[in-house]
Amino acid sequence: MSDALVTEGLLKRFGKVEALNGVAFSVRQGELFGIIGADGAGKTTLFRILATLLLPDEGRAEVLGFDTRASYRQIRTRVGYMPGRFSLYQDLSVAENLDFFATVFGTSVEKSYDLIRDIYVQLEPFKNRKAGQLSGGMKQKLALCCALVHRPELLLLDEPTTGVDAVSRDEFWQMLQRFRQLGITILVSTPYMDEASLCDRLAFLQLGKMLALDTPSGITNLFRKPLYAISADEKHRIVSALRSFQHTASAYAFGDSVHYTDLRDVPDEQELIAWLASKGISDVRITRIRPGIEDTFISLIEQEPAREQPHG
Amino acid sequence: MRRFLGFVRKEFFHIIRDRRTAAILFAMPILQLLLFGYAIRNEVTEVRTGILDLSHDVVTQELTDKLLASGTFIPSAILSSEQQIADAFASGRVNVVVVFGPRFAERMLHDQKAELQVVTDGSDPNVSRIVTGYAASVAGDYLRDKGYPSPGIVPLPVMMFNPGLKSVYLFVPGLMALLLMLVSAMMTSISITREKESGTMELLLVSSLRPIQVIVGKVVPYLTLSFINVITVVLMAMFIFGVPCRGSIVLLLLESLLFILTALSLGILISTITSSQQVAMMISLAGLLLPTVLLSGFIFPVTSMPWPLQLISNIIPARWYLVLVRGIMLKGAGLAELWKETLVLIAMTVLFMTVSVRKFSERLQ
Repeated sequence: MSDALVTEGLLKRFGKVEALNGVAFSVRQGELFGIIGADGAGKTTLFRILATLLLPDEGRAEVLGFDTRASYRQIRTRVGYMPGRFSLYQDLSVAENLDFFATVFGTSVEKSYDLIRDIYVQLEPFKNRKAGQLSGGMKQKLALCCALVHRPELLLLDEPTTGVDAVSRDEFWQMLQRFRQLGITILVSTPYMDEASLCDRLAFLQLGKMLALDTPSGITNLFRKPLYAISADEKHRIVSALRSFQHTASAYAFGDSVHYTDLRDVPDEQELIAWLASKGISDVRITRIRPGIEDTFISLIEQEPAREQPHG
Repeated sequence: MRRFLGFVRKEFFHIIRDRRTAAILFAMPILQLLLFGYAIRNEVTEVRTGILDLSHDVVTQELTDKLLASGTFIPSAILSSEQQIADAFASGRVNVVVVFGPRFAERMLHDQKAELQVVTDGSDPNVSRIVTGYAASVAGDYLRDKGYPSPGIVPLPVMMFNPGLKSVYLFVPGLMALLLMLVSAMMTSISITREKESGTMELLLVSSLRPIQVIVGKVVPYLTLSFINVITVVLMAMFIFGVPCRGSIVLLLLESLLFILTALSLGILISTITSSQQVAMMISLAGLLLPTVLLSGFIFPVTSMPWPLQLISNIIPARWYLVLVRGIMLKGAGLAELWKETLVLIAMTVLFMTVSVRKFSERLQ
């Protein structure tokens, strides 16, 4: 299978800040590819470069076989781009926005109706409402509709679910799965780790660098240490108690419990329980768990500065 | 073409949806014209007049009658001594006191020189100057009618006794220039920078609309809007204030279209070098509106400016447009007399447009 998108050594500076620093990856045709990263990781800059809106200072990117620098016009007609910020016309109605984007791409809503029908039926009851008055979830659906209306081969979705309620997020990802089945390649960024597992492959972006790139299960395999979930009635005190424990590698609150890794290869559970008891925490339950994507992400970020320091 | 029309339609939606702005844009020409036409006029009517006649002869009697008959001077006090003048002013009974010196007719005959004093309220210099001019003018007329040689009072020929019309004559062309600058340049620059601010410019760029399509698409709606304003102003000036259009009205409208284009291209130029609505507005106001009011000859004649300002006024489009409108409406001039100004505006428009299209970035900065 050929690649829908290839980048080599992308570097982008804004003043002295390096928003992207040597990003190289490729997305296969028909893939649902996730870019995971915190705010300021460089996700939006990456998307803007791929959408031909920004030129990289170094490196190159090829989208659908076209160079983003030389053949940007060809790319623009073939790509559906959804910026991170809601960027539709707030004073136009739902139907007017959709019509407008269909017309400027030289098509019509009718011609693409089969593609957007599933989303459009949800928007239909509000079709005369101004886009600015829609709820967060509805806005994102409309933006997706507008990005799809010219039947793009590749969707570039920059944080489409940020600020959207949980139910709408689920629906949104179900739609993405459907478009992937129709053969549309999708590159999507998100700060939510739970969404990452829904991607075919994903990449971690941190401070302009790619830390890891693999399938969701491949990513979690990067997590080598045994991971434990520790819970007790007084959960809020566990983290501080564990951080003063001499064998602790990491301890952070995660959902209902505290995720813990040990510096030793085989931790001594009894010693751990005894330490917590000495800190006045009783009724401790320790279970070994499979690391999730977020655990992997956190451990990768923690390793990163340590790796950097020797180089200065 | 269909893409382009879709874009233009969207622009019209923006204008219509923003009801407040739309209302201002359409109501502004009407309000401003009424304001300039009625309130801000240089003519003075119904001047409360006091007469102090120290001579009481035939000439002073006839002159008094003549003054009061003009309609400008309303008799409100007959004074008998100079001491009463200050009181009359202080109490607000009079705006002007006309004083005939003693032995007026006699001195007129023998010395061919008599004293007619026009005492006005110096705290309102504008009114003072005009009232003095009127009085002198009336006196001059009278003396000429009576066949007195070389009268002692020099009449001011500028006063034509048609209050209410003359200032509108002067204001209408300037007002048109001002309105077109405001609507065309400011509104387009704001509307483009708004797209930059709201992020919709990102989507417009990736939509593969050509820069020229976006720019022309922004121009067309405001061109229409401004043209409606021109027609409103011209019609009001002609039918409400009776300003004549002595030249070709078609030429006037064509020249106005040209000026609108100049202003629009300036607006687009502003928007290509700024990224926020506020900055665009500040530049439009400070960089376009003020020079249009102050340096175009709208209020202060260009010829009476110091030479550096005269030089600057050359690059202000409104200056040339003013010459065109005054030429066509008031002097009945045609293209034969006005081709130079027309060419200047065309050249400016082409220059601004070219720079705008060149500078319009197809990427984000």
